[in-house]
Amino acid sequence: MKPALSVIFFTVLAGAGYGLWCLLGAALALGAYPPGRGNVLVPLGIGFLFVSVGLLSSTLHLGRPARAWRAFSQWDSSWLSREGLASLATYLPMLAVAGLARGDNLFVPTRVAGATLCACALVTLSCTACIYTSLKPIPAWRDRRVLPLYLLFGLWSGGLWLWAYLAFNPGLLALPFALGLLALALLGGGLKLGYWKALDAAPAGSAGHATGLERFGQVRAFEGPTTEGNYLTREMAFVLARKHARSLRRIALILLILLPMILIVLALIWPVTQIFLASTAAIACVLGLFVERWLFFAEARHVVAAYFPQGEASVRPG
Amino acid sequence: MRQAARGIGYHRGAMPHKNLKLGEPTGDQVSTTTCYMCACRCGIRVHLKDGRVRYIDGNPKHPVNRGVICAKGSSGIMQHYSPARLRKPLLRVGERGERKFREIEWDEALSLATKWLSDIRARNPDELAFFTGRDQSQALTGWWAQQFGTLNYAAHGGFCSVNMAAAGMYTFGGSFWEFGEPDWDRTKYLMLWGVAEDHDSNPIKLGLGKLKARGAKIVVVNPVRSGYGAIADEWVAINPGTDGLLAGALIHELLTRDRVDFEYLVRYTNAHHLVIRAPGTADDGLIARDENGNLLCAVRSTFSRQTGAAEGEPGNPASLLSAQKDSPGPGFPRGDGGREYLILDAAQPDIAPLIAGEYILPDGRTATPAFQLIAERFLASDYAPENVSAQCGVDAETIRRLAAELARTAFDEAIELPIAWTDTHGREHASMVGRPVSMHAMRGISAHANGFHTCRAIHVLQMLLGAIDTPGSFRYQPPYPKSAPPGNRPAQGRKPDGSLTGNPLGYPQAPEDLLVGANGEPRRIDHAFSWAYPLAAHGMLQSVIRNAVGGDPYKIDTLFLFMANMGWNSAMDTGHTRKLLCERGAEGEYKIPRIIYVDAYDSETVAFADLVLPDTTYLERHDCISLLDRPISDADAAADAVRVPVVRPDAEGDGRDVRPFQDVLLDLGARLKLPNMVDEYGNPKYRDFADYIQRHERAPGIGLLAGWRGADGSDQGKGAPNPDQLQRYREHGCHWEARVPERGAYYRFANRDYLEWAQRMGFAGSTEPVTLQLYCETLQRFRLAALGHGAVQPPEHERARVARFFDPVPMYYAPLDDHAPSEGFTLHAITQRPMFMYHSWGSQNRWLRQIATRNYLYAHPRTLAEHGIADEDWAWIASPRGRIRVQVRAHAATAPGTLWTWNAVGKKRGAWKLGNSAPEFVDGFLLNDLIGERDASGAHSNADPVTGQAAWFDLRVRLERDSQPRLPGHRVELCHDDPQARNKRGNST
Amino acid sequence: MTALPPPQKKKLGLVIDLDTCVGCHACAVACKEWNDGGQFGPLPDSDPYGADPVGVWFNRVHTYEVAAPERNTADVRPGSFEATASNVVHFPRSCLHCETPDCVTVCPTGASYKRAEDGIVLVDEDKCIGCQLCAWACPYGAREISEQRGTMQKCTLCVDRIYNETLEEADRQPACVMACPTRARHFGDLGDPDSAISQLVAQRNGYDLMPEFGYRPVNKYLPPRPRRDGSHVRQSAAREETVDPVQLPPLLRWLDRALSR
Ligand SMILES: Nc1nc2c(c(=O)[nH]1)N[C@H]1C(S)=C(S)[C@@H](COP(=O)(O)OP(=O)(O)OC[C@H]3O[C@@H](n4cnc5c(=O)[nH]c(N)nc54)[C@H](O)[C@@H]3O)O[C@H]1N2
Ligand SMILES: Nc1nc2c(c(=O)[nH]1)N[C@H]1C(S)=C(S)[C@@H](COP(=O)(O)OP(=O)(O)OC[C@H]3O[C@@H](n4cnc5c(=O)[nH]c(N)nc54)[C@H](O)[C@@H]3O)O[C@H]1N2
Ligand code: SF4
Ligand code: SF4
Ligand code: SF4
Ligand code: SF4
Ligand code: SF4
Ligand SMILES: [Mo]
Repeated sequence: MKPALSVIFFTVLAGAGYGLWCLLGAALALGAYPPGRGNVLVPLGIGFLFVSVGLLSSTLHLGRPARAWRAFSQWDSSWLSREGLASLATYLPMLAVAGLARGDNLFVPTRVAGATLCACALVTLSCTACIYTSLKPIPAWRDRRVLPLYLLFGLWSGGLWLWAYLAFNPGLLALPFALGLLALALLGGGLKLGYWKALDAAPAGSAGHATGLERFGQVRAFEGPTTEGNYLTREMAFVLARKHARSLRRIALILLILLPMILIVLALIWPVTQIFLASTAAIACVLGLFVERWLFFAEARHVVAAYFPQGEASVRPG
Repeated sequence: MRQAARGIGYHRGAMPHKNLKLGEPTGDQVSTTTCYMCACRCGIRVHLKDGRVRYIDGNPKHPVNRGVICAKGSSGIMQHYSPARLRKPLLRVGERGERKFREIEWDEALSLATKWLSDIRARNPDELAFFTGRDQSQALTGWWAQQFGTLNYAAHGGFCSVNMAAAGMYTFGGSFWEFGEPDWDRTKYLMLWGVAEDHDSNPIKLGLGKLKARGAKIVVVNPVRSGYGAIADEWVAINPGTDGLLAGALIHELLTRDRVDFEYLVRYTNAHHLVIRAPGTADDGLIARDENGNLLCAVRSTFSRQTGAAEGEPGNPASLLSAQKDSPGPGFPRGDGGREYLILDAAQPDIAPLIAGEYILPDGRTATPAFQLIAERFLASDYAPENVSAQCGVDAETIRRLAAELARTAFDEAIELPIAWTDTHGREHASMVGRPVSMHAMRGISAHANGFHTCRAIHVLQMLLGAIDTPGSFRYQPPYPKSAPPGNRPAQGRKPDGSLTGNPLGYPQAPEDLLVGANGEPRRIDHAFSWAYPLAAHGMLQSVIRNAVGGDPYKIDTLFLFMANMGWNSAMDTGHTRKLLCERGAEGEYKIPRIIYVDAYDSETVAFADLVLPDTTYLERHDCISLLDRPISDADAAADAVRVPVVRPDAEGDGRDVRPFQDVLLDLGARLKLPNMVDEYGNPKYRDFADYIQRHERAPGIGLLAGWRGADGSDQGKGAPNPDQLQRYREHGCHWEARVPERGAYYRFANRDYLEWAQRMGFAGSTEPVTLQLYCETLQRFRLAALGHGAVQPPEHERARVARFFDPVPMYYAPLDDHAPSEGFTLHAITQRPMFMYHSWGSQNRWLRQIATRNYLYAHPRTLAEHGIADEDWAWIASPRGRIRVQVRAHAATAPGTLWTWNAVGKKRGAWKLGNSAPEFVDGFLLNDLIGERDASGAHSNADPVTGQAAWFDLRVRLERDSQPRLPGHRVELCHDDPQARNKRGNST
Repeated sequence: MTALPPPQKKKLGLVIDLDTCVGCHACAVACKEWNDGGQFGPLPDSDPYGADPVGVWFNRVHTYEVAAPERNTADVRPGSFEATASNVVHFPRSCLHCETPDCVTVCPTGASYKRAEDGIVLVDEDKCIGCQLCAWACPYGAREISEQRGTMQKCTLCVDRIYNETLEEADRQPACVMACPTRARHFGDLGDPDSAISQLVAQRNGYDLMPEFGYRPVNKYLPPRPRRDGSHVRQSAAREETVDPVQLPPLLRWLDRALSR
């Protein structure tokens, strides 16, 4: 699939935002969050920024952004509709948390609002993931790891941003939080490696299968309907050279998982460097996530590609 | 999830699709006319909305296409609104080829042209070379040239498929091409030889669809399997240029196994005609005639007309004598090894002609039935399947099987239609027996220098099977059959008014008909009808530019081209041709002093014109699809049609000021005061072409259109001009058709019911039967001249060539340009027409060009592997003329050793109003740069020595690896640009 | 609206005969032409005369090579008959008007819908936001977004022709079906087992494309029929003729031939 930048931007940013909200909400709900109004409002605000910018950017993917409101109507069948509604709905507990954040973060309504925010954020994240997992013609996105990965990476990146904020208040990085983050990263990284392994092992679609002619012999696409590209070849038959994919995966893994994990460990060792380490980790993670999401698209083959002549189109230099 | 969603809430929400309108009219007006996106000439309906073309679809009532429409036809709307349309007459201001023009008014343009042409006409009309390309107005243009008085006129047929036309016309008075068709409703076995698309684009497809629905077998003989080949049962992957061998081997098999329709042969062909065998004399190889000119044959003397047949009865002197007495011609009993025979008029009915053996003519000379000569040639081991197999690339077993299948279908699955008919002898037949085997062949056969003979071999094959114009076989389309060959010969001289005595083109029947000077030198600029190409019935457009530049045989003044993209895809050796167009003499003058070009679009050739006369698009003018030209009839009905203006050229209000070329031509004719174009006061005789269509008579009662003739429109075929004729055509969907009477459905060469109808319609001068020429005596006449007989003889340097190629029996010879395997040019390179593009026109069409914006070179994977070239690599294809860098694609359904590409997709930068980096020129290519206009020796055109047909497909090439095979980019390196280019070649590999 | 309609009786669709299609692109262009100027048009082209022309088409024609499984083209002797192993199949591709397609259910706006009355799958352009999800959900590549319009476009089964009473009855057929010069395209009610088109599908073993998606395409493809290329009769064919050419040279045989003219 052709990487849709606005969508990638959206899933990365909004993912981090929802992850952040989710962790914040959970911490509030559990009463494990440090007191202070600012401690709630600032991360909440960061999340708000991420989510809102992400949502706005997602409308850039639309051919008719002005009609985006129409997308809320088909919740009974469409994950995109559901995601839209969920994302709107999530603003409510967010506002509630903001309103109820009075400094004493053990206030029960705040905790309830936090729990709701956490749940809503998780639901929204899941809806986003389900948009992809529901698309049958894109086997890579049907992988059962996709949903957990969306959740894990949302929480991981959101968590790092939460940490980046908390780092400004020395001593706030609790060991359980750090360990939790590390666990998310390990789990996410592991799952992603599994995803890639499965992707590499997945059989390529075949023209014989797509046309139903395989019973007659080896089928090879000879001439496509156009000699230059068309919507389908550009959107669905996007090909990424193997060697590029390999290095991009490596970059993604380093930025998204390894580097932030190392930084967390370092922060535990040298808490004084926290601010620098945490913000570096959060930024690295988001950058890594961009690469990961870009690959999520670029490496996913739509079955429709099988109808077209294969082979890498020669690239014109310069 | 989906299941749950199904049905629930389906009707929730707003009205589904509020603005869905299901009953909008297509447009506010619909007009019928005739398509011109290609030469098939289908009927179309043009739907207009607010004065603009909204939709074009097929006219369901039209006999050609019955409502279907091809990709080109459907996209006509984008052709009509093409940005490359010319807008105004153009006068060159820069150098030739620079594409620098000044827009001028029509008055200026026409005065200029009139000035140039009237000077020529006063001096020497032959200094005007008037050549037309893909036009369909030869009925007008040929007539105009005749009135002007130039011999130098032709249409594009010479480089197109004159081999098919000539081989057919000289053999059976009809032709493949679009002059005949398989019996789509009855044939059980169709062999398609070298056909990718052909002119009968939609009829062939409709026909193939019918065959498929009926389960008839389709065999495709072609180095490439694509289009039609894809749906064929069998693909015979022949090596280019070797079909003559395959046809010969099939004939060999039929003869060997005695699977021949002898009755058909002796009734309808000249199989039994006695060929004089008197080597060294002026009559050798001619058909024996009696003193009245009747052709002679030998018959068994035991056969008596009185007793009926008496096959096997012992010879009876009484009946012998009576046969002698009754027969209109002389009968000479002779003893021959105990058998008796008579020599009789071969045209007589109810005789028992002999088809083998040697007979003594009354004058004592020896003669042999023509069939025997055919049999001798093809029974020879040269044509044994084993011996042709390697060259053709078709194994002997397959050839034998194909022959057996042909015979089985023709004879064991013969059909009989209960249609009574009368033959030309007046004999009634209760039914029509059919040989349901049909053949169709086109440029895969014709575009080789051996195409004439190959095509004749295919016709012989058809005749042996009894499969010309019988139920289930190949059928004539009216006005064919004509006599074989037709009677019209190229005009030789001029009348006092300066006009030619007849049409410049025709069918020479003897050396006297050639257009040669006293020393045998060509009289035409293209050398057509010279000793080099005696039967060049369509002229030789491909040689005009070269000859005009070289002053060979003389200099001309003005080259007047209409609708022929000679600066690009219709030229051989294109790069060189483009140079020639700009070549200057010692004084700096252009060697072709003036070029007038008529095009509707900004083609490659426009760049070379001194004066450009812009034509309208096909939706803006009257055209006439006349039976005097290339007919659109099908086998069951004669038909003609018109094109009528549907939109006005100035409809877009942007100052575009173009005129229909036919109008312009008549206007020019009147300004030049050409005979028959002005009245006695010197005023234009015809207002415009529409007026001409209605009023002009070629012969009394015969005009361009055959429908609604006579003052009241009640005549058809022949009749007085009708001032309302075009109106009647409009009322009838712009076409007319007259069905052939059922009794005239088949055997038209000898079917009195048909011939009488044809005579009434004005198609035939008489009801004489057409004798199919198994043996082509006409060819022998030319050969005899080459051997030193007769008044008109070839010059010394042409003798051997004429003697060799004017063989009255079809033969195979390797294509002449088949040189240079020694230089490593061992591969064949050919082109195919894409079904969705018409030559060069398609690329200005925004829809069609999306389908193929560039072309690739296709080759069998094995061929590529042998050259170390991978699928999608860029590589060089080289011929002795240069090399081109192209992108290569593997295609398993290509005969190994053959390379091919889609024709004319590659374009020249600057033309067609395409953007500056359009893939048509950045990546696409034209094969023509590699195809020489000269043969290997340089002495002749790269053409068939009989007909002058351009041998596009004889090209031999080699593939060269590029050192950077993945680096895109098309390049051309021609030897005449850089004589070193050939030596440099090694470096890049 | 995005919900699928209850199963309906009438299932209008196309049947495409791969045995007869010659790959001429007539259907694709006729479709483009009809729809470009019609109810669902325009079908925009970007850079139409330039380096990168890309347009919206509802119907596109592909070409495939099908190599007979038992033959290996690599072993083929150049120029020999063995090279004939290859088959070529042309394959037009447009919306299959599936019975249970996700292209409808994924649509967030209800623009993509399936008509209850005849099963035609349409896009209501006024509702479409151009999110492309439906195109992603279609395994058959039947939907194309037009950049210029920002909305999704697809085959309409010429719904604006087939019910159009301003057209003559015979013309109330999809443009592509009317155009197809080999008559390889058929239109009709595939829900009615007695319709001519259903009969054709039954007779010729019409098949569904990629049935595993569970979309249940209404359009059917008719497979190429077996080719009678003689590969089965290889050995026996020529032998069936009776005359033994060696025993009686043909020219002698014909010397005695009594023929009547
Ligand atoms: N390599 C290779 N070369 C070939 C062939 C091949 O098979 N292979 N085929 C050969 C054959 S058979 C042919 S017939 C030629 C065809 O070659 P051409 O006869 O040159 O045919 P086109 O390129 O179709 O068109 C000629 C010109 O007609 C113009 N034209 C189109 N419509 C109109 C109109 O309405 N009025 C006027 N006045 N002009 C119009 C076009 O703009 C174009 O410039 O190519 C030959 N060249
Ligand atoms: N769509 C479309 N239709 C056209 C035209 C067009 O440009 N586009 N042009 C029109 C014109 S001007 C013409 S002349 C006709 C020509 O119509 P066709 O005769 O169909 O012309 P080509 O495409 O040149 O096809 C030649 C075929 O012969 C094959 N071939 C080449 N060499 C050999 C050989 O030695 N033996 C055999 N058996 N086959 C061989 C090629 O592979 C190809 O399939 O088409 C007309 N119709
Ligand atoms: S075959 Fe030729 S004449 Fe007929 S519709 Fe197509 S382009 Fe027009
Ligand atoms: S073919 Fe594609 S667009 Fe058409 S109904 Fe089926 S899934 Fe939807
Ligand atoms: S692109 Fe339009 S029709 Fe398709 S899913 Fe989105 S809103 Fe629906
Ligand atoms: S049915 Fe109509 S819209 Fe669909 S492919 Fe055919 S012509 Fe195009
Ligand atoms: S119009 Fe008919 S033959 Fe041509 S590509 Fe379409 S389905 Fe095939
Ligand atoms: Mo041609």
